[in-house]
Amino acid sequence: MENSNTQTRAPIYEALQEMKNMRIVPFDVPGHKRGRGNPALTEFLGEKCLTVDVNAMQPLDNLCHPVTVIREAEILAAEAFGAANAFLMVNGTTSAVQTMIISTCKKGDKIILPRNVHRSVINALILCGAIPVYVNPHTNHEIGIALGMSLDGVKEAIERFPDAKAVFVNNPTYYGICSNLKGITELAHSKGLKVLVDEAHGTHFYFGKNLPISAMAAGADMASVSMHKSGGSLTQSSFLLTGKNVNKNYVRQIINLMQTTSGSYLLLSSLDISRRNLALNGEQIFASVVDMAQYAREEINQIGDYYAYSRELINGDTIFDFDVTKLSLNTLNIGLAGIEVYEILRDEYDIQTEFGDIGNILAYVSIGDRKSDIERLVGALSEIRRRYKKDRTGMLDYEYISPRVVLAPQEAFYSEKESVDIDESEGRICTEFIMSYPPGIPILAPGEEITKEIMDYIKYAKAKGCLMTGPEDMEIKRVNVLKGGY
Amino acid sequence: MEFWYSENHTKNVKFSIRVDKQLYSKSSEFQRIDVFDSPEFGRFLTLDGFMMLTEKDEFIYHEMITHVPMAVHPYIKKILVIGAGDGGVIRELTRYNNIEQIDLVEIDEMVINVCKEFLPQTACCFDDARVNIYIQDGLKFVRRCENEYDLIIVDSTDPFGPGEGLFTKEFYGNCFKALKDDGIMVNQHESAFYKNDANAMQRAHKRIVESFSISRVYQAHIPTYPSGHWLFGFASKIYHPIKDLKADEWNALGIKTRYYNTNLHVGAFFLPNYVEELLENVE
Repeated sequence: MENSNTQTRAPIYEALQEMKNMRIVPFDVPGHKRGRGNPALTEFLGEKCLTVDVNAMQPLDNLCHPVTVIREAEILAAEAFGAANAFLMVNGTTSAVQTMIISTCKKGDKIILPRNVHRSVINALILCGAIPVYVNPHTNHEIGIALGMSLDGVKEAIERFPDAKAVFVNNPTYYGICSNLKGITELAHSKGLKVLVDEAHGTHFYFGKNLPISAMAAGADMASVSMHKSGGSLTQSSFLLTGKNVNKNYVRQIINLMQTTSGSYLLLSSLDISRRNLALNGEQIFASVVDMAQYAREEINQIGDYYAYSRELINGDTIFDFDVTKLSLNTLNIGLAGIEVYEILRDEYDIQTEFGDIGNILAYVSIGDRKSDIERLVGALSEIRRRYKKDRTGMLDYEYISPRVVLAPQEAFYSEKESVDIDESEGRICTEFIMSYPPGIPILAPGEEITKEIMDYIKYAKAKGCLMTGPEDMEIKRVNVLKGGY
Repeated sequence: MEFWYSENHTKNVKFSIRVDKQLYSKSSEFQRIDVFDSPEFGRFLTLDGFMMLTEKDEFIYHEMITHVPMAVHPYIKKILVIGAGDGGVIRELTRYNNIEQIDLVEIDEMVINVCKEFLPQTACCFDDARVNIYIQDGLKFVRRCENEYDLIIVDSTDPFGPGEGLFTKEFYGNCFKALKDDGIMVNQHESAFYKNDANAMQRAHKRIVESFSISRVYQAHIPTYPSGHWLFGFASKIYHPIKDLKADEWNALGIKTRYYNTNLHVGAFFLPNYVEELLENVE
């Protein structure tokens, strides 16, 4: 899309600048009063930051009911992303994902989705009572990760459940895998289903060249875009985008059910400024990110044993496209789990990567990286291979176990439950989540049967050092299951 | 009119040299490069405003970073030099006839060109037939080498800027791999006096100790560097810097030096107590 010259504007940022010049005497919240009331915090975050941590007021508009500068920022964002509407989100992409689902599905409605979704998706099902229809995302056996949904898989699901309300798609997955979004969207629309897209890891698709298709370009109805990941805004800030067949005022009502009424202007202005930056410079920024990721991949693959994968995986279906900005690599031929390499990089080489799981690590390459840092990462990986390489026998090599769903998430979550030792939970129905975080894709979600395979996987992941989260029991020794069995 | 070059050695300490005139100032892809003429120190080079070398005292640094390892391991034939775009290390090394190959890896070609033009005192020997120049990130270059070099000299800037990667564990580990079984690595090791320099010194030492079985630090007096008390690292797989010193053999070479001698070689490894303590804390 051509950028109109209005993309040089950042209305929220401009209004904040003006507010600073007006030297208003604050008799409103926040009580730190431009930082004066909290010197230690002001010293830490800086006075500039605290002076714009302000409350909604007339010149700054109101996030719950935007009519002036926030509305203008929404319009500019919608234009930049090629959407009919855009919402500035301050409760994380989680809230955008929940809004997509809750504004599309009511209690008992069916939604078609892959099981390798972020926990926020299943959270939304617990909140609204929708029933998941899982399409099996096939697994690539070499690298052990779950892929995208096949077009046929979605078609079958729609044929089995023609009353389903929506199809939910990851674009891309954490690892960079894209489904055939355009094909799925056309199919779903022809059957009257809405298409909801989790683009937590796909902001750059809207601005870079030669990247996978974005949700809005594919004609999808709603998309959740983590501007704070590849877009450069502050943590927790996001965009929710909607297409032309979505009632934006109803969506805003749903947002207001769950979102704070004290939207942070630090987050809002960061969205505004970052949108402007991407609209004006995004193409060049992401070209350089792709170059760096591509360079790193080539260098890493030359070290030996590591496999930094890319477009060669594309198979026209479950890996319809690959996001080349993602630097994901498989570590199993070193004889180390991804999480082990992740920990060595952090503890011994002062290099923090995005996550490590059973067989892979993801190094997040972005807008802020330098070539010299890439050299450090590659140098450290080569050292880890020299120092630690061992035989890979006995290593688990898959990240994904297809679940047996017995109850809908909401029903399971609110059922009568009891706590049992995780080692004695085989055959029981789980009523809570268990996952490694990141990536935050549940191993078990409420309503799923605990199998021997899943128990072994959890034990293995814990032993390798994965950070397990989800259950009430913080030590993950016990798990809540349906009382009395099912 | 007074014209002074100043460098902040800490937030509260400033070091100044009176300047006659500025001869060069330009930013490369990596850093700002300046050359000045001064009445006291002669011509001098700064990178991002930090003193790199002056004509008056560069001999101390360059002699100490080269002759110390050369006197321990007299059969050195193949050398990798990282950084050192000013040419001073190369100048000292080319004085040894038994050296067969010197590979110089400098990330910033502009530094070499500026020194060739303005600092012929150090940039005099790039044309020696044994010298190969690679314009590349040192970390990247050394990653690809295995069991190749007898000596690696790391002549880096401070660990804030383009030199950052040359103070990392991955770099020292890669150097270990690039060295032969009896190889030696010598590096610019910052200073123990001011806090920030001392932190960098400790971090570097900790990481070298993790990679090499023998890791010792030695000192020299360099007037234009912060505090004037500067350190070098000597790391090796088998050679001890004092026990394995071949003083007679080195003296027989007849290399004339202004700072280095084989008695000072031994003395340089005897460090002040506070420096020893800082080092022991991270060993």
